Amino acid sequence: MSDLHDLQNRKTGLVQGSRLVDESSLRERLILLFTKWEVLLSLLFVFEIVLFTNLSPYFFDYFNLMNAAFTFSEKAVMALPMIFIIMSGDIDISVASIISLASFAMGNAAAGGADGAVLVLIGLAVGLGAGMFNGFFVTRLGMPAIAVTLATQSLFRGISQAVLEDQAYTKYPESFSFFGQGYIGNTVIPFELLIFAVLALLMGFILHKTTYGRKVYAIGNSKEAARFSGIAVDRIRFINFALNGLFSGIAAVMLTSRIGSTRPNIALGWDMEVITLVVLGGVSISGGKGTLPGVVVAILLLGYLKFGMGLMNYSAKVMVITTGILLLVAVLIPNFLDMVKANRKLKMQQALNP
Amino acid sequence: MDPILEVKDITKYFPGIKALDGVHLCIRPGEVHALIGENGAGKSTLVKILTGVYSITSGQVFLDNRPIEFRNAIEAQEAGIAAIHQEASMFPELSVTENIYMGHHLRNSKTGMIDWKSMKSSTRELLKKMDLAIHPDTLVKNLGVAQRHMVEIAKALSLDARVVIMDEPTSALTLREVEDLYKIVRQLKKAGKAIIFISHKFDEIFEICDYFTVLRDGKYIGEGNVADTTVNNIIRMMVGRSLDQLFPKAEAEVGKRVLEVRGLSQIGYFKDISFTLNQGEILGFFGLVGAGRSELMRTIFGIDPHSAGQVLLDGKPIALTSPKKAMQQGIAFVPEDRQMQGIVLGLSIAKNITLPQIDAVSRAGVLNAGRERSLTEEYGTAMEIRAAGWQVDADTLSGGNQQKVVLAKWLATRPRILILDEPTKGIDVATKAAVHKLVSDLAADGIAVIMVSSELPEVLGMSDRIFVMSEGRITAEFARAEADSDEIMKAATGHSIQQRETNEGEMEAGMMEAVMMEEEKG
Repeated sequence: MSDLHDLQNRKTGLVQGSRLVDESSLRERLILLFTKWEVLLSLLFVFEIVLFTNLSPYFFDYFNLMNAAFTFSEKAVMALPMIFIIMSGDIDISVASIISLASFAMGNAAAGGADGAVLVLIGLAVGLGAGMFNGFFVTRLGMPAIAVTLATQSLFRGISQAVLEDQAYTKYPESFSFFGQGYIGNTVIPFELLIFAVLALLMGFILHKTTYGRKVYAIGNSKEAARFSGIAVDRIRFINFALNGLFSGIAAVMLTSRIGSTRPNIALGWDMEVITLVVLGGVSISGGKGTLPGVVVAILLLGYLKFGMGLMNYSAKVMVITTGILLLVAVLIPNFLDMVKANRKLKMQQALNP
Repeated sequence: MDPILEVKDITKYFPGIKALDGVHLCIRPGEVHALIGENGAGKSTLVKILTGVYSITSGQVFLDNRPIEFRNAIEAQEAGIAAIHQEASMFPELSVTENIYMGHHLRNSKTGMIDWKSMKSSTRELLKKMDLAIHPDTLVKNLGVAQRHMVEIAKALSLDARVVIMDEPTSALTLREVEDLYKIVRQLKKAGKAIIFISHKFDEIFEICDYFTVLRDGKYIGEGNVADTTVNNIIRMMVGRSLDQLFPKAEAEVGKRVLEVRGLSQIGYFKDISFTLNQGEILGFFGLVGAGRSELMRTIFGIDPHSAGQVLLDGKPIALTSPKKAMQQGIAFVPEDRQMQGIVLGLSIAKNITLPQIDAVSRAGVLNAGRERSLTEEYGTAMEIRAAGWQVDADTLSGGNQQKVVLAKWLATRPRILILDEPTKGIDVATKAAVHKLVSDLAADGIAVIMVSSELPEVLGMSDRIFVMSEGRITAEFARAEADSDEIMKAATGHSIQQRETNEGEMEAGMMEAVMMEEEKG
């Protein structure tokens, strides 16, 4: 952010005649800062921590806070590439079914005696393959992403359902349990949380600091203008779907390892939960707007909301209702703020230029 | 006679722009009133206010001497104001009857159900009154552009409109269809309706209009009887200076041939297009909307496919497979639809300028903030973009400044060939002059320019050679000195084909074919 203000303050080369609002003044900068969705969300998160700390003596405890990460790390990993998908104006509602398929493949291989490393490779490969399958239909055949992933949502899970029926794979080798259950060294930091942290840094770097990320933003704002600017739009979208599949494969490894079994209904309903995280994080469902840090805050906010409510013995239903309200607010507030800002600017303009 | 509609001192703000500034307009019954002004003068904004699409910031509108404010389009319709838009806003999959009665279906008074029978019979009557051979059940998608306009007019009549606004109704019509339109306009006039006629074509204004009002840069400039004025007078009011100052094409040395297009075709859009382009030259492409000019340029830039022919750069054929390939060959393309194709509205000025050059401002895929800044400053400054900062989103800029961003982004690629599709559409006069000067300077620096434009004065003023397209073919070519606006218009409307000497055998063949086609039709 600092280089942004640096750039604005230099005022080099710009024709200054039409400057209506002095964006560099402290007041304007504060208004700008506190109308950012990520900032509002962070404040809400801090409020949540303070609230639960006062309500329950078990909440603000290092070991408990770390352990709670087991409950949201897999969805958090899946939310990362979903940011790219939604940012570029697509959608993928098949990610939970990809987990089912990948977990089924791993269970099948484990039953045949495969060891931990092989299982991980199988999980990742199946995830990547499923993502590329989605991407092929969306970009090569030009079908709408919602229709393709609606179909593969049934298809992918259907495969594991057809074979497993009411059975389950429950025999996984000892070497496989670390990915979902292990801690880093002698600490109480879950290995799952480390995976998420590393991937979040990596994806954040790609989204905000590389040409790939810039192209994703451009595509999300206008596919056509991006194409006219020489961007290979369909290639980027294909890679997004492939990444989404790969990360679902990673989540499948984490989840299967953590619970140590594969049933056909594994991760059922996670598609919408993952999309919820991304939208709550401030990524516009129509694409082009939002940031990765915003989504990370949303992940923590919802993750610890669930944990805190669990401590308070609230039922899961209260949690679902709360999420729904938050989501409505997440969609409403940025639109409302944009409207207020535009009106304010118009008023200033008229005051300056009657 | 008392005015039907009167606009007094209205002002309209948009974020960042003052679109209208103290505008007056007075419309009397039985009058065809020309609303004149360049693109960006505020005509469309005024029309949108009169039809209830936009609200007024200050000022008043009077209908029958009573102040009125439309809160939405339906209120304006009910008050008797109907607009026929440039690009017909219709439902292509619905029938003529359904289109005409969309929003005010007739109902059976007993059952409350839609009364198809009376809707159809009154549509038939309406069409008959207008002398139109269109069946009420025809789907609108099966109608030609001219017929669609007529149906829109029929809709206005079905609403019993007293003020009919026609926004460049002839821009896509052939000469014969224009005559039909005039006939209907005269009918309306006789029936005591008031018509607001927006047009860029002076012959039309002098043919059909009684009175005129001129706008420039959102301001009211003047009004008067058409009979008491001259074309030069109106031009002076429109642009604030005379014509020869507007298009400052400098003499540039025409260098060696850079681009050659041979027999390029795309089924359904254009056929057998051949031309050459030299360094330092500006080629003007004139034609009516839908003549295939934009499609041709899109194909040369690698966006759309082609079915036959080839494009040679420095004598070597190039593959027209993607915009990226075209860029690497030194071709830049400023598309017609600025908001959808030219610029990414949700990104900042800086990000827009560097977008085609994204690989040049990065190392191994990682963006370099310093290089991005210097590229933005170099080209953004050269274009004199007016904004609060380089990080301002493009959607807050005015049309003219957006176009400057688009030009900056393409000039930053250092092109050898610059293709401009309607480069001054919808921008203010000052920016327009700046764009013309820029293009002229670029040509003087040896860049080869193709300029597609529907504004004849612009084409005449800027081009070294002019190609006219009609129905997907090149129907005429003129050198700067021999260009004549009447001949150009005729070639553009497919009315007569200009016969001339040419070196290009293929093109001659293509033209002969066009002549034959024309004869078959006649």
